[in-house]
Amino acid sequence: MSAPQPLLEIRNLEKRFELDRGFLETLKFKGGKLVQEKREVHAVNNVSLEVAPGEALCVVGESGCGKSTVARLIAGLLTPSAGEIHYAGERIDDRSRRALMPLRKKMQMIFQNPYASLNPRMTIQQALEEPVRYHNPALSKGEVRDKVAEVMRSVGVDPSWAGRYPHEFSGGQRQRIAIARALTVDPEFIIADEPISALDVSIQAQVLNLMLEAKDERGLTYLFITHDLSVVQHFGTKVAVLYLGSVCELSDTATLFENPKHPYTRALLSAVPQLKDDHPNHIRLRGEIPTPINLPQGCPFESRCAHANSRCQTEKPRPQQQPDGALVACHAVEEDRLDG
Amino acid sequence: MSLLSVRDLSVKFAMRDNTVTALNQISFDLCKGERLGIVGESGAGKSITGFALMNLLSRPGYIDSGKIQFLGEDITEMSEAKMRSIRGNQMAMIFQDPMVTLNPVLTIGQQMVETLQAHRKLSKSEAEQIAIVKLREVYIPSPEERLNQYPHELSGGMRQRIIIAIALLLDPQLIIADEPTTALDVTIQADIMELLLELCESNKVGLILITHDLGVVSQMTERTLVMYAGRIIEAGRTREIINDPQHPYTQGLINALPQQTKPGQRLKQIPGNMPSLTAIPRGCPFSPRCEYAQDHCLTEAPKPVQYTHVEVACHEVNRLHSDKAEEMIG
Repeated sequence: MSAPQPLLEIRNLEKRFELDRGFLETLKFKGGKLVQEKREVHAVNNVSLEVAPGEALCVVGESGCGKSTVARLIAGLLTPSAGEIHYAGERIDDRSRRALMPLRKKMQMIFQNPYASLNPRMTIQQALEEPVRYHNPALSKGEVRDKVAEVMRSVGVDPSWAGRYPHEFSGGQRQRIAIARALTVDPEFIIADEPISALDVSIQAQVLNLMLEAKDERGLTYLFITHDLSVVQHFGTKVAVLYLGSVCELSDTATLFENPKHPYTRALLSAVPQLKDDHPNHIRLRGEIPTPINLPQGCPFESRCAHANSRCQTEKPRPQQQPDGALVACHAVEEDRLDG
Repeated sequence: MSLLSVRDLSVKFAMRDNTVTALNQISFDLCKGERLGIVGESGAGKSITGFALMNLLSRPGYIDSGKIQFLGEDITEMSEAKMRSIRGNQMAMIFQDPMVTLNPVLTIGQQMVETLQAHRKLSKSEAEQIAIVKLREVYIPSPEERLNQYPHELSGGMRQRIIIAIALLLDPQLIIADEPTTALDVTIQADIMELLLELCESNKVGLILITHDLGVVSQMTERTLVMYAGRIIEAGRTREIINDPQHPYTQGLINALPQQTKPGQRLKQIPGNMPSLTAIPRGCPFSPRCEYAQDHCLTEAPKPVQYTHVEVACHEVNRLHSDKAEEMIG
C-alpha cells in the first residue's frame, strides 16, 4: 500500500528553552562549591508526526505539555533544537526567514486570543488587505478590495463593517476576522492554536462550523491544537496526545475514542465532564504534571501512572504500532498488562 | 427549611448618564445542603449573582430592589459589620483564579490563621490545628509543612484545594463557587470537583456552582438555573433540564455542544451574540436569536411559568413543545 505523500512531516522534533542565559546565571552553589550548571526546559521531546493532505490532526494535552510549542515550531516562529520539519517534501526548519516567506502564503496560523491577534490600530479592512497585498503584489487595489470582501462574506462578517476597528467587534466576530485574515491568501495548511477556547459555547459552535466549512470548500489541511476533547472528537481525523513534550498516543480519532490504550489517554477521556450519567467513573491520577525542567529518566507519565513498574522508571517507552493502527508509547501496553 | 431565598433581586450599574440592569428580578431558593448550578455564557449575570449574594457589589454596581434572605435575615439590609461576620463564616466564596485569590506575600498558614482568628477567639496554635485538619480534608499531603509555604510554591490544583480548605475553615452553611475549575486542566478539574462534591455531601453544605460548563453542572448539582442577559430563563432539576430542556436558548446551548452532533457534521449553532447589557432588546432578551420568536416576544418580556417539570420564561413554550411532539410522531 502506498500512502500519499504527507503534506507535513515532523521527524524527531525537539525544542529546549534555556532557563539560565549568560554565564553568571549558570553559576550555582552546590555542596559549598561553585559549579556551572545550565537548566533547560524540555518543551518538546522527540516528536514525530505526519499530516496528509485534507486531514485534520488534533494535538491534545494539558497545559505545559508542549502543544503550542509544536505549533510555533511548524509555523517557523521558533527554531527547533533538533529534528526536521518537512513541508510538501521540502525541509523547512533550516530556512532563513526570507526563504520561509513564500511558504507563509501556504501555511497560516490562527491564535487563541482574538483580542491580542488583531492590531487594535488597524481597521478590519487594513488588517485583511495587508497579507493579500504582500503576497500578491500584482493585484490592483480594486482586486484586493474584492478579495477581502469575498473572504469577509465567507466567514459571515458584513463587508460594510470593514472600516471598523477590532474593539468594535465581539470575541466571536473577532475570531471570525482572524480566520478571514488567514484565509485571504488562499492557504492550503492552517495551524490553529486553541482557536475556540476563549469563546462562549454558542459562539464556539459558530466558529467551529466556519472552520469545517472552510475545510470542505477549500480542501484545507489542519493542525488543530486544543485541550478540549469533545472538539477533537468532532473536528479531528487524527489525534496526537501529548504529555510532557512526548507523544504518548497517536491514532485515528474514532479508534482513539472507542479504544484508548495509553493510561494517560484513558484518564484524560474519563475526566471530561459528561452531560449524561452513563459513562464510566473518572480515573483518578496521582499528583500533577512534573516540571519539564528535570525530565524523568524513564516514561514521562510514570509518576502518575497506576500501572508503572521498575522498567517504566528507567526506560523510556518507544511508540509501538498496535493492531488497529494506533501508535502507543507505553511499556504496560506493550507487555499487555493493562487490562489483566 | 430554606437556607437562602432570593426574591425579585435586581442589580444595576450606574453609568455616566443612565443605568444598566445587570440582574433583572431574579428569584430562587436554596435548601440546606442543596447543590444549585447557575449556567450561562459570559455577560449573563452569573458572577454578579454570586457577588450580590455575598453583598460584595461595589460601585458603580448596586442592589436596586429585591430581598436576599439568608437564614431568615435579609442581607440587603444588613450593616457592613454584620455582613462581615457572616462572610467567610456562614457563607464562603471560591473564585475562578487560584493564582490571584491567595495573598502572595503571606504563607498559607498565616492566611488560614487570620481567617479563623477574625471570626473566633482562638490562639495561634489552636487555629493552626484546625487549619491542618482542614488541609487534610482536602487531601493535601503533609499539611504541617504547607502552612509555612507561600502560594507560589504550590501548583494550581494544590492552590485551589487550599482555597477550598479556607472556604471550609469555619464550617459555612453555603459555599458560592464561581467557575472554580475553569483555570485548571481537565484531570485536575475532575479531582477538584469530586472533592467539592464529597465535602458538600459529608458536611451538609449548600453549594451554588457558577459555571459555563454544562457537563460540570450535570455532574455536580441537583438543581440548575439557566441565565441569559441578566434573567433566569429556565429553572428546575438538573437532570430534567439537561435531558429535556424547554427554553429555546437552553436547547440551543445543549445542542451546540460537539458531543450532540455526529463527528464531522455541522454543529447546531445559535445565531448571533448575547446582547450587551447596554443594549438588551425589549421584550424577551433572546428574541433576536430565537427561531420561534413571534411579535409579542419582541414587545413583552415573558414571566417565568411552570411548564411540565421546570419553570421557564418563554411565551412560545407551548408551541415549541407541540412542534417537538409532531416531530416525534412524524
